[in-house]
Amino acid sequence: MTPQPFRLPDGGRISRGAPLAFRFDGVAYQGYRGDTLASALLAAGVHQTSTSVRLGRPRGIFTAGVEEPNAIVQIEAPFPEPMLPATTVELYDGLVAGGLPGQGRLATEPDPARYDARYAHCDVLVVGAGPAGLAAAAAAARTGARVILADDQPEPGGSLLGTAEIPDWAAETGSELDAASEARVLRRTMVFGYYDDNYLLAAERRTNHLGSQAPSRLSRERIWHIRARQVVLATGAHERSVAFAGNDRPGVMLAAAARTYVNRYAVAPGRRAVVFTTGDSAYCAALDLAAAGVDVAAVVDARPEPGGAAERAARAGIEVLAGHAVTGTSGEPRVASVAVRALCAAELTGPAREFAADLLLVSGGWNPVAHLFSQAGGQLRYDAGLGAFVPDGCRQAVRVAGAARGVFDLPGCLADGAEAGRRAAEDAGFTAARPLPPTSAAGSAERSAPSAHLWVVPGPDGFGTHFVDLQRDVTVADLARATGAGLRSVEHLKRYTTAGTAHDQGKTSGVLTSGVIAQLLGVEVAELGTTTFRPPYTPVSFAALAGRNRGVLHDPVRVTALHDWHLAHGARFENVGQWHRPWYYPRDGEDMAAAVARECRAAREGVAFMDASTLGKIDVQGPDAGDFLDRLYTNMISTLRVGMIRYGVMCRADGMVFDDGTVIRLAEDRFLLTTTTGNAAAVLDWMEEWLQTEWPDLRAHCTSVTEQWATVALVGPRSREVLAGLAPQLAVDACSFPFMAWRETAVAGIPARVCRISFSGELAYEINVLPWYATALWEALYEAGRPLGITPYGTETMHVLRAEKGYPIVGQDTDGTVTPQDLGMGWVVSKKKRDFIGKRSHLRADTGRADRKQLVALLPQDDVLLPEGAQLVAGDRLADPPVPMLGHITSSYRSVALGRTFALALVRSGRERVGERLYVPVGEELIPVTVTGPVLYDPEGARRDG
Amino acid sequence: MAEHIARHSPLGGFAARFAAATRGSGGAVRLAELPYPAQINVRLDPKGPAADAVRLALGIALPVEPNTAVRGGGLAALWLGPDEWLVVGPAGTAGDLESRLRGAVGAYHAAVTDVSAQRSTLLVSGPRSRDLLSHGIALDLHPRSFGAGRCAQTMLARAQVILTARDERGPGFWVLVRSSFAGYLAQWLLDASSEYTAPGYAAQGCSASQ
Repeated sequence: MTPQPFRLPDGGRISRGAPLAFRFDGVAYQGYRGDTLASALLAAGVHQTSTSVRLGRPRGIFTAGVEEPNAIVQIEAPFPEPMLPATTVELYDGLVAGGLPGQGRLATEPDPARYDARYAHCDVLVVGAGPAGLAAAAAAARTGARVILADDQPEPGGSLLGTAEIPDWAAETGSELDAASEARVLRRTMVFGYYDDNYLLAAERRTNHLGSQAPSRLSRERIWHIRARQVVLATGAHERSVAFAGNDRPGVMLAAAARTYVNRYAVAPGRRAVVFTTGDSAYCAALDLAAAGVDVAAVVDARPEPGGAAERAARAGIEVLAGHAVTGTSGEPRVASVAVRALCAAELTGPAREFAADLLLVSGGWNPVAHLFSQAGGQLRYDAGLGAFVPDGCRQAVRVAGAARGVFDLPGCLADGAEAGRRAAEDAGFTAARPLPPTSAAGSAERSAPSAHLWVVPGPDGFGTHFVDLQRDVTVADLARATGAGLRSVEHLKRYTTAGTAHDQGKTSGVLTSGVIAQLLGVEVAELGTTTFRPPYTPVSFAALAGRNRGVLHDPVRVTALHDWHLAHGARFENVGQWHRPWYYPRDGEDMAAAVARECRAAREGVAFMDASTLGKIDVQGPDAGDFLDRLYTNMISTLRVGMIRYGVMCRADGMVFDDGTVIRLAEDRFLLTTTTGNAAAVLDWMEEWLQTEWPDLRAHCTSVTEQWATVALVGPRSREVLAGLAPQLAVDACSFPFMAWRETAVAGIPARVCRISFSGELAYEINVLPWYATALWEALYEAGRPLGITPYGTETMHVLRAEKGYPIVGQDTDGTVTPQDLGMGWVVSKKKRDFIGKRSHLRADTGRADRKQLVALLPQDDVLLPEGAQLVAGDRLADPPVPMLGHITSSYRSVALGRTFALALVRSGRERVGERLYVPVGEELIPVTVTGPVLYDPEGARRDG
Repeated sequence: MAEHIARHSPLGGFAARFAAATRGSGGAVRLAELPYPAQINVRLDPKGPAADAVRLALGIALPVEPNTAVRGGGLAALWLGPDEWLVVGPAGTAGDLESRLRGAVGAYHAAVTDVSAQRSTLLVSGPRSRDLLSHGIALDLHPRSFGAGRCAQTMLARAQVILTARDERGPGFWVLVRSSFAGYLAQWLLDASSEYTAPGYAAQGCSASQ
């Protein structure tokens, strides 16, 4: 185990009593609970984590947070995860990771962890638990408003964790919020997307930090869907770098990050440091490092006249070089020395000085984190005083507080946050009962000097190692090439150079890029603007976005009351919409063709039964129900007698077939209609639309009863025997119970509505019972039919049986361009009715064309099973493209009853072509087929009554 | 008529797993199917005489405020639309309830439809029930906005449900779901309820921190 030579003897927010063993790039290390992978590596003296993506240059830990451009790692164990900034990976025991030169590796094994989602609503959402955010949340919570405070760190405090100012305040305020009944503090939660109507998404890392100790019952990550009346963004600011030669070497680090490593993690990022700054904030870092025992060789301040902070540093014995800049670094791979020269009016002057140092801290200014504000539709404004883009106006109910809007001093942030929180709560309708107690943060009397805005330090030899975007290896030279090529817009320059497009999305480099471009073009940064901020703010794993919607829960599977029976009897299932329907029931050793042949034979020759419960069912009641249905269906419904059933077709207003099914008349003012399985909801919507928008005068109401009834189709010449045995009160003879009639009776003791409907041409019944009794009915039928060889059958057999009879299936043999007449079903279109939906379209010249595609059957030569969807052509040789197509195959089966294969097809002028030979291109072959009328089996309908 | 016939409720097969999840959570979430409640769909003009007739017959008025429910006399009337309600009563009373409603509306234009088997009814209750449902329901279930007397038609995960806050003290909801979706929803709820398993229960072998 490597010791921790750079760990400070005391201080920090780490648990020295909880040592954690981990491996990085094959080497064993030790850190402590509270470390990040980055801080633990720094404690071991490891700065370089990988090499850069394009140039292969050594790169080290540059920041202490999500903005990290360099230290991107691959976690190998306990579960592989690519492209994580080491600065955001909380250390845990057993972590195995390695540095990544720009690209990661996705896990190939299934992820065993759970992921989930939560919806949350609040009056005030505060993003960021730094001083401004905590103050905002506390102020809002005191009003009784429902408050959510989300922050990406494991504990509240934000920048205070790194500066060690007002110790304990953050923890105490966090505890107060935890204790408040209407407040929720989301730790380890990154708000990554801000959408319309104050809808924000956040990703919570719940158990990642527990490594292999993570409880499997808890989700690893969770996506929060938050709807907030008011939002306070207290997202802080990111420090930025300056472009100078060799500014990418390991050992170069942002100043505030170094301060955080010292104060939060008790790690000295080096032994001897040079600090290069354009403002006051880096002096705090210099002083904190010096206090921690780091030898601060010099503070190089680009400003000719630094203020009180410089005087403080000088008093502490630190050399301050005002009006100077760092011109280069050397050392392999890590910084060993830093070159400094005087800077006057953007020109280097005077002699060069070299400082031996293993650490170079850089502070080129602060960028308010305006990403979420910008995503919300907020405008950004360049503040020349701050040298940064700050939030301006926004159409959403959002406020920005603290450093995120350019307030950089602590007392200012606390006051700004408290004010934003209070006002957000007020705007949500709450008033403060008691004011927030003042915090101990005192304002500084120190004379502060304004920051300089320095983007690029000249030379010495061109700009080839003046890095702007460390992750994409984009230099000032690259930007100069782009502007030299004539590019002017930051958006174009971004795409041309890829600056800002990496994993970190340019968090530390974006404004620097704009500044450099502005300088190259000789324009103001304000004029240039920024690139667009888009969600997500930080990368989100697909697993988290998928949440619980995977595996069996990926999409709901709808099942009937008989599903367990089907499963137990070996059914193979077919998806019909979301339904799982039995497709066929193979017996031992049977393939699908054999099973379907057996099922078909049973239905045609003996008795078979199927679960038809998925058919849509709509109950229509009211004195005008008959009139309403007359307008919906193409045929006459109102003349149907109570106790009888009629087949009907519905068209859209364009005259094309929309759905078909049966209508049974339950009472004078009550009908029950069935729809195709997949169209149940669409038909009900269609009916409601006409009732509500066109015919509100009609006294009729529709109610879906699809799942109120389980339906069993009992089919075959011997079905009557089975029914008769189970329904002793029912007169089953064809005279007493004719085709297209329905009866109420008990079947196997179960109250049932029995309909004489056939979708196969055979004698058949549909028995409807409450689904609670479906299994009892089914088992009774199975038992009673056993001596007759009753056979359960699935949707494939149903399709074969109906196709043999030429019955079309809406959606399979039709596609929204087919009229009832095209299907050869002119008989179902009433000539007597004054009107119905689609009637006028049937009078159009186009719907009357003789060369429309019409439904016919095809008999292929040599018993070929034609593929559904195949095209039809005229000759036995393919014409030159474009080949004239005559139609296509809609259904194709092998028929036991016919002893051959056959197909249904929509064919141009199909009915005129009966007897003709056409060809079907399949692969390289042209299969000859003979066109015939669509009814191939029992065309006279002799089998209907058994 | 069919009393001697074996009856299967859509979630009967989940009873043991619901009970285990309830025990596992230490009662923080309770899952149970309420089998076979009477459910009658009623459609009528709320301003017409049929609405008054129903109020007199049931002793409760059909609510006219959207997304509310009215309870009384062992019945609940849930608002489903401007002219549509679901009247829910105890198991075994569907026939009687349907007759009472049909008798009440008499010759007035109204639709009365027994839909008792159309949906399964789940009871989701316990101190963490609101949290459990909020894994899959986008609505605000806070008592300030979805207290007793509220109902809604919404999505729970990927299934359409009718949701109503139970009237008794303590958080609890009825979730009515199309029976064909009930198995999916039960599996989803069981999966989501793993979050609320009490630490140490059923030798999960881990000390959970949340």
